[in-house]
Amino acid sequence: MNDNLLSVENLHVRFNTYAGQVHAVNGMTFEVRRREIFGLVGESGCGKSVTGLAIVNMIPSGGRVVAGRVMLHERNVLQMSKSELQQVRGSQVAMIFQDPTNSLNPVFTVGDQTVRIIRQHMPLSEQQAHRRAIEMFEAVALPDPERIFRTYPHQLSGGMQQRVMIAMALSCGADLLIADEPTTALDVTIQAQILALLSDLRKEQDISILLISHNLGVVAETCDRVGVAYAGRIVEIGRIEEVLFNTKHPYTQGLLAALPNPASRKTALQSIPGDVPDGLTALQGCPFYPRCPHAMEVCLQADPQLIPVGGPDSDHRVACYLYPEDDSA
Amino acid sequence: MNQKPLIDVRNLSVHFVSHRGLVRRSTRTVRAVDDVSLRIQNQETLGVVGESGCGKTTLGRAILQLVAPTSGQVLVDGEDVLQLRGEALRRRRRDMQMVFQNPHSSFDPRFSILKVVAEPLITHTDLRGEALTARSAQVLQQVGMSGEILFRYPHEFSGGQLQRIAVARALALNPKFMVLDEPTSALDVSVQAQIINLLQDLQQDRKLTYLFISHDLSVVQHISDRIAVMYLGKVVELSKTQAIFSGFALHPYTQALLSSVPMVEPTARRERIILQGTVPNPADPPAGCPFHPRCPVAMDICSRVEPELQDAGDGHLVSCHLVYSQEKQSHNISHRIKK
Repeated sequence: MNDNLLSVENLHVRFNTYAGQVHAVNGMTFEVRRREIFGLVGESGCGKSVTGLAIVNMIPSGGRVVAGRVMLHERNVLQMSKSELQQVRGSQVAMIFQDPTNSLNPVFTVGDQTVRIIRQHMPLSEQQAHRRAIEMFEAVALPDPERIFRTYPHQLSGGMQQRVMIAMALSCGADLLIADEPTTALDVTIQAQILALLSDLRKEQDISILLISHNLGVVAETCDRVGVAYAGRIVEIGRIEEVLFNTKHPYTQGLLAALPNPASRKTALQSIPGDVPDGLTALQGCPFYPRCPHAMEVCLQADPQLIPVGGPDSDHRVACYLYPEDDSA
Repeated sequence: MNQKPLIDVRNLSVHFVSHRGLVRRSTRTVRAVDDVSLRIQNQETLGVVGESGCGKTTLGRAILQLVAPTSGQVLVDGEDVLQLRGEALRRRRRDMQMVFQNPHSSFDPRFSILKVVAEPLITHTDLRGEALTARSAQVLQQVGMSGEILFRYPHEFSGGQLQRIAVARALALNPKFMVLDEPTSALDVSVQAQIINLLQDLQQDRKLTYLFISHDLSVVQHISDRIAVMYLGKVVELSKTQAIFSGFALHPYTQALLSSVPMVEPTARRERIILQGTVPNPADPPAGCPFHPRCPVAMDICSRVEPELQDAGDGHLVSCHLVYSQEKQSHNISHRIKK
């Protein structure tokens, strides 16, 4: 009945810094369905990475979740005990990061690291775990997996390291993979390899992927649905084609217009005036108000909520007063 | 193409030698830039693209002599700057400036913005005191920043603002030529658009010539007149931007690179060519064509003979055996390009 593997509900995360309290995530709400690739896209400081960390309950020190729920398999991750979390991480949800070099331990072979993770989460012998690791290396299309098993991270290229990370992440049966900018540190030709791999794994391993990225092109080509984040919340969400080609929110429109494209050559690009809010100052009304070309008086009065804009068969929603609330919904 | 180029790079090589072993006897040579020749016309933007380690940054630095070239010539206005020493070199440097990728690391955090922008003026001009401050404020205004920020510090600014200040510092001496090394890679798209617009406006107003280095093909396409594609220290293709992006890229590597860029518009997407493997170790490049181990259309000759960069017609340079073998089979490539 419930098709949502993960739902993030009205999540608020704050950080205490010397400059004051930073509102990193401000009412983030979205869901990831079974076997879908969901893209969470936004610029630096929009709270997309912190949201990813909150889902595995790994907010760094100084930060805390002040409100909201993260429902994974219909259980709230944020209220789990340490041992419950230990059990959930790895076997239900796993995360990979931007720079695989920093995620791997340089003094152990990648095989040893993978075996250790597998044995931590599954009741397997050393030999069985070894077999499982080789199996996973094959699944992520690492050439000559027995040889890779014995190599140290520095002997592998960035693309290969990211494949190892993905193999580790999926080795204990997680059905949700959180990939935080998994290809940002990689060259485009290698990025193409990794994105193709993620798409294949979704089918072969029957998993859902939350792809966090700043790159609209990456999201457009890889994801089924996308949420556009701004100032710690979703401002527009829906199927890729709805959000990118029937764009409603002025921020999403601005982002798309700012991308250089073949037609824009040698002309002035459209930019969004001003800067992203720093999260320090509490915002009145719509967070995009100061930069919005369509700002109205009502925008300052209250924070717009996500409302459906796509008709009965769609779940295209946007948080903007330009669109009247649909009475039929 | 026949006018005299502002920048004329001839057979430029930069080799890095590292010593290994107990008595440091065994050496490894990395050919970061290997026999590169290119010309940049006055007020032109030449884009340089390629993946990490292809030598694009080293090329930019070598042209400005921020790293010492191993061999070759760099002619600026017809004068070989690699032969210049002392005062003559210092004078030349005023004409050539650079903007780096990450503005947070290209500024000294303890320098006020005044000190940042005034530093090149102090080194190269007699401006001092109030005249210096006034000139610095004026330069900042040219990049859309207020002159009032002179006494603030780098940490008070966002990445986009800092990059504007970096451009101001480069402009302070009225250079003719600027090397822009990934100037927007550390910025968000909405801010990237602001900086690209600024660079284009400045080029028009002040008749600047750019070498624009980037791994982001859509940015390079937007701003460049011509594009050089580098692979393992060599230029493998060099042509007008339109020729490369409108389906006439001739080198298999350029074609694969273009097809790998994820695009928002489905109509702009190309059929993806996923390359196998990764870029070879530049200390141990493969024999023959450096691209042959990954090339989807490699032939027998490619692993033995290194192709030369040749004109395939209309100034479109490419180094690929396939292109020239096809030409011999009476495929007129120059015709295809002009079409």
